[in-house]
Amino acid sequence: MSLTDLTIAAAADGLRRGDFTARALTEAHLAVIAAENPRLNAFITVTEAAALARADAADRALAAGTARPLAGIPLAIKDLFCTEGVRTTAGSRILGNFIPPYESTVTRRLLDDGAVFLGKANLDEFAMGSSNMTSAFGPVANPHRRRQDPDAVLVPGGSSGGSAAAVAAGLAMGATGTDTGGSIRQPAAFCGIVGIKPSYGRCSRWGVVAFASSLDHPGPVARTVEDCAILLGSMAGHDPRDSTSADVPVPDYRAACRRGVKGLRIGVPREYRAEGMAGEIEALWARGVARLREAGAEVVDVSLPHTKYGLATYYIIAPAEASSNLARYDGVRFGFRAAGRGDLRELYEHSRAEGFGAEVRRRILIGTYVLSAGYYDAYYLRAQKVRALIKRDFDEVFRGVDALLTPTAPSAAFAQGEKMDDPVTMYLNDVFTVPADLAGVPAMSVPAGRDADGLPLGLQVIGRSFDEATVFAVGAALEGMG
Amino acid sequence: MSLDPATVRRIAALARLHVDEAEVPRLQEELNGILGWIEQLNEVDVTGIEPLAGAAANALPMRADVVTDGGYPEAVLANAPERIGAFFAVPNVVE
Repeated sequence: MSLTDLTIAAAADGLRRGDFTARALTEAHLAVIAAENPRLNAFITVTEAAALARADAADRALAAGTARPLAGIPLAIKDLFCTEGVRTTAGSRILGNFIPPYESTVTRRLLDDGAVFLGKANLDEFAMGSSNMTSAFGPVANPHRRRQDPDAVLVPGGSSGGSAAAVAAGLAMGATGTDTGGSIRQPAAFCGIVGIKPSYGRCSRWGVVAFASSLDHPGPVARTVEDCAILLGSMAGHDPRDSTSADVPVPDYRAACRRGVKGLRIGVPREYRAEGMAGEIEALWARGVARLREAGAEVVDVSLPHTKYGLATYYIIAPAEASSNLARYDGVRFGFRAAGRGDLRELYEHSRAEGFGAEVRRRILIGTYVLSAGYYDAYYLRAQKVRALIKRDFDEVFRGVDALLTPTAPSAAFAQGEKMDDPVTMYLNDVFTVPADLAGVPAMSVPAGRDADGLPLGLQVIGRSFDEATVFAVGAALEGMG
Repeated sequence: MSLDPATVRRIAALARLHVDEAEVPRLQEELNGILGWIEQLNEVDVTGIEPLAGAAANALPMRADVVTDGGYPEAVLANAPERIGAFFAVPNVVE
């Protein structure tokens, strides 16, 4: 077995046994990056020298017996997390040369635990997309191919598409992602890996380039449920610098993976059985139900009546918050400035028009409109009320069940260029993932099978707020189905 | 509600986004497509429902009203597209 096929758990054991060095582990991943990144475009920036220096430091700590839990583990960092002294682009031309003078809390915690950062992973611009096609640094290729049509280049999903592709293809052992409408779970499903969006407030947003602040959830992707548990355990925790960070204890997620599902009640929400759902997805879901029943869980039908309004609610609230958050990009304090433009107002308008891509401009315009005088009540306030109803649906259903089981996405990965005809078609990718973002409850995608073309499909486990432990227990029980 | 070209221009101006005149019809079509799809929220009975601004578990915490950060102008200015001394530089706003 090659070093780049190991799980994080196995690599941590191997490093401690002295089977290989942290330098060898990092060099093996850098070699795969050199070979595969030109095709996959999963990394925007590779920080080879810094990674090797960190690996050497991990080797010294391992020798001295002072190694932290993630010592020497090579990770990819979504290029939305500010990294001190390392360019952080958000996949946008407007931040193309931005070098943060500080480190995000989540990446700081990973560094404090000894992790090695290989570089910055590609993403949809400002995390706005479900295909990684909106990145100013080019699209990412999904490492999986259709059996019937192997020449088609498939999308890795988005927005954490570079993170998911890198982990799936062995360029990194794990990665950070962010999930605002499904941006961890949908790419995890498309690339055949595990991803968890924890509860809102579980991981600090400090130093993460903001998209929609009430919906942005940092979280990990990795190749196993246990590896996600290891990473989330490091990333999570209270941070006074994020006013919405939750001051609650972080349980042992790794232990939760071994807890089993005996005696748990699992709900199957009937509203997720969308009309026209692909037969393969429906069959996968049924196999997941059977697997949990065999493992001792009770599975019951439940109802989340406002599910169908989740996407429309999201496409008011997320652009509204984005239009406010992205007002800071003005061509004055940092980022791109348009050349040779008259007065200050023209400087703003041209820097923003040239610096932002089409999807980001579209969302800023929608957000500005729904917040503008005369339309605020009809759009934004109404959406906030429907959001309250969606959260109430979850609150009520979790009085009777411990977790929910649904598909992660309505289809397997599609080809680059497909679903690009109109924005709403692309938005429909997130129909099953958006409700958990609106409600702030934890949700994981676990690879659970393959479609007729051999492409990975994922199942989603949704849990009660701050009960990621049960999500890990259920996710671990589903693992290995596919 | 349907956006006319004048509203597209007004929204773009509010958002400080330059829009070429040639782009207005396409933007108008795309934005109307999205807004038309969003109209489905009008079916929902929201009578008596309190709006939900976010999913944070607790009320925002209070902290002492003291300076907690700052004092490093070089770091703040390091990414400025243009600076003059310890200041961000912009086109003249006062003649």
